[in-house]
Amino acid sequence: MTQLKKQRPEFRNINALKDLTTYRLPPAGWVSILHRVSGLLMFIFMPFIIWMFDKSISSELSYEYLTSAFSEGVSIYPGWFLKLVALALIWAYLHHFVAGVRHLYMDATHAVSKEFGKSSAIATLAIGVVLTVVLGAKLFGVY
Amino acid sequence: MSVNFGSKRVVTGAHYGLRDWMAQRATALLMALFTVILLAQVIFSSGPITYEVWAGIFAAQWMKVLTFVVILALLYHVWVGTRDIWMDYVKPVGLRLTLHLFTLVWLVACAGWSIQALWRL
Repeated sequence: MTQLKKQRPEFRNINALKDLTTYRLPPAGWVSILHRVSGLLMFIFMPFIIWMFDKSISSELSYEYLTSAFSEGVSIYPGWFLKLVALALIWAYLHHFVAGVRHLYMDATHAVSKEFGKSSAIATLAIGVVLTVVLGAKLFGVY
Repeated sequence: MSVNFGSKRVVTGAHYGLRDWMAQRATALLMALFTVILLAQVIFSSGPITYEVWAGIFAAQWMKVLTFVVILALLYHVWVGTRDIWMDYVKPVGLRLTLHLFTLVWLVACAGWSIQALWRL
């Protein structure tokens, strides 16, 4: 390299409070960390998800109970709060799924260029958000 | 050179990288297929999704068996993912191994509960 290189900041020994807040993560970086975050979110809310599954298939009464839980609420949790949690889980699943498919594609082809890395990352983020909005609208009764 | 053999040995695990990496991909593929199968049944059902329609999907024996397999696949998939998170961010060995244990108990309990709900039908 004979041209002058731009003086870029170096990040060694990353400090969470000082460096993470100033580091500009590329789109692929965002997809990656959100893939991890969405996974962890689903892990933490697994009992809630299983509770919903259980109620939904056990009986007509429990099915009614579940559908009304999203409007009337359950114990201390109001309906709108449960809907927001469900929305977060919907996004988590969709993002994790699309980012996962991106991973599988990269693993299978071994031929991803840097440009494709960026474009596929942006597509992943967009698809996740768009589908979340579509399903969220259904959840909140827009259609 | 740190002393980490014999009685000073630190338990971190080893030689499971490729197996778990492969297992995560395989279970992911299986769960993706299951998602498509479930979605197709929901989308191609006629009328609103009542209890009969929804529970009916999971009443079929083949669907019960498939869902059972997917629950086990999910268990392994989540274990690998969560173990990776603990391994990346939790350096103290005692705390990390405790989290491993908690995670496994949590996951096995979740699997047991979902299988119980599935087979009550």
